[in-house]
Amino acid sequence: MIEERFDAIVVGAGPSGNAAAYTMAKEGLKVLQLERGEYPGSKNVQGAILYANALEKLIPDFREDAPLERHIIEQRIWTMDDKSYVGMHYRSEDFNEERPNRYTIIRAQFDKWFSRKVREAGATLLCETTVKELLRDAKGKVIGVRTDRDNGVAFADVVILGEGVNGLVGQRSGLRSELKPDSVALAVKEMHFLPREVIESRFNLKDNEGVVIEAMGTITAGMTGTAFLYTNQESISVGIGCIVSDFAENGATPYGLLEAFKNHPSIKPLLANSECKEYAAHLIPEGGYNSIPELYGDGWIVVGDAGQFVNAVHREGSNLAMTTGRIAGETVVWLKRRREELSKANLAEYKRRLDETFVMKDLKKYRRIPAFLHNNKHVFGLYPKLVAAAAQTWFRVDGADKLSKEKEILKSFRKGRTLSGLIGDAFKLARSWR
Amino acid sequence: MTNAVEIGASGAKVEEKLFQNRYLVDAGRPHIQIRPHEIPSKILLSLTYTCPAGCYSRNDRGQVEIAADGCLECGTCRIVTAETGEIQWEYPRGGYGVLYKFG
Ligand SMILES: Cc1cc2nc3c(=O)[nH]c(=O)nc-3n(C[C@H](O)[C@H](O)[C@H](O)COP(=O)(O)OP(=O)(O)OC[C@H]3O[C@@H](n4cnc5c(N)ncnc54)[C@H](O)[C@@H]3O)c2cc1C
Ligand code: SF4
Repeated sequence: MIEERFDAIVVGAGPSGNAAAYTMAKEGLKVLQLERGEYPGSKNVQGAILYANALEKLIPDFREDAPLERHIIEQRIWTMDDKSYVGMHYRSEDFNEERPNRYTIIRAQFDKWFSRKVREAGATLLCETTVKELLRDAKGKVIGVRTDRDNGVAFADVVILGEGVNGLVGQRSGLRSELKPDSVALAVKEMHFLPREVIESRFNLKDNEGVVIEAMGTITAGMTGTAFLYTNQESISVGIGCIVSDFAENGATPYGLLEAFKNHPSIKPLLANSECKEYAAHLIPEGGYNSIPELYGDGWIVVGDAGQFVNAVHREGSNLAMTTGRIAGETVVWLKRRREELSKANLAEYKRRLDETFVMKDLKKYRRIPAFLHNNKHVFGLYPKLVAAAAQTWFRVDGADKLSKEKEILKSFRKGRTLSGLIGDAFKLARSWR
Repeated sequence: MTNAVEIGASGAKVEEKLFQNRYLVDAGRPHIQIRPHEIPSKILLSLTYTCPAGCYSRNDRGQVEIAADGCLECGTCRIVTAETGEIQWEYPRGGYGVLYKFG
């Protein structure tokens, strides 16, 4: 394949791999990046919300030419039952700022743009190349990779694995254990196209303003999961995801669930007359802090989804991917400058630096959430129903007096779940949140 | 109340969804294979509904078969069967498989 030796090989051209490759190439390191897709992004799926802060730290002027869809001025959080939603909406003119904080993007287009920046910084990218295994020397230090190309080996001082959630290279090389069906979600998503003006009038938007909806409730048929609907310039991204082991037990199909969500009376009008142009599926690592694997060793580092860096509660992943990729890249540059070996002991610096960032701090803060949600599925079925029923009782004017209405609402909650159950849930949730 | 099985059986046609996607099929080189079996395990059977591309189905002898052409390369079937080893799963050769235009 390529005879020369590299300072670093990066596996994958998603946000984590791109961030790592960009950081190292910009500092003059010789970087080879390998991507199995025909072009970067051709295998990748995201909602997708881009968090500006993580990208700004890499490419401060990204707004000049990155393919951004809409900046988000309104967030809607919906708790849904079969006929209704109870929503919390936050919209602010403050989000119409010079350097907006969050944007919707289309991943395949965004990844292509990011990859161009990586190549402009000097990295060599080989697409249509699947990495099959890590190569090691007699002492076990990783010294390169074998790919599915003819004579497809390449050597480097360090291999950075940004191979995503279904990361076969690291798994099969024994760097980390197999993903567990109860700590990874399967999400399906569609792209629905509509004229720009239609989207803007349906969502009360102008210019490039955008709205995002995050939803939970009976839409996941009792499984742990959430759904989303995001506005792009001329399309709407709509998707739903649940924990894989829940799917296996429940018997629902992912596409059936997506259809039901799209046909919900609160969602259907938003998508009316749209043309669907793509259907995608992807896993999301949701095990959180407790499922983070070994992150480094002799001659290797793991970044992004491959390292389980996703904050499922806040639906953040790409920013953690970019941040871990950047810090891995910076660590390698730093060690190279000091002419230090890329050994396990020295690469521990990567973890030390990560511990100081929001990535580790947030995941640690939420470490109990995955287990809480796993063991308290009524959060997704029973509570949304109770909340919707309470809202209806409260808003319907029917001659019943308000005190009786209050009592009825309280009674419905107690009937649905014992008082100690209710208090227990609140307590457990508060503790998981802490 | 919406019940899970009802939703699953709501008649959503996954074939129509896949029809919109672009693929480069590596003809004659399926990247997923099922271990030959007489009677499928519960886990293997679950793939007939968990696979988001509907790649798994039962043949008239009750065994689970795969037609991986519409595979979205999510990896769900791989992790679900990781412990039992009933499936051999590889990524398609570089460049082949699904090609997302939007993702
Ligand atoms: C439906 C959905 C919605 C999401 N929404 C959001 C959101 O709104 N905001 C957000 O921040 N995050 C979101 N996420 C999470 C986010 O997409 C991920 O956290 C992020 O993409 C991880 O980046 P990564 O670079 O680690 O992995 P990936 O983006 O998966 O990239 C891995 C790359 O490696 C390549 N690769 C894998 N194996 C090999 C190999 N053996 N050889 C060569 N190349 C290989 C792949 O083709 C791919 O290009 C969402 C995820 C999903 C599935
Ligand atoms: S990888 Fe995903 S889409 Fe492909 S066969 Fe397995 S479950 Fe289906």
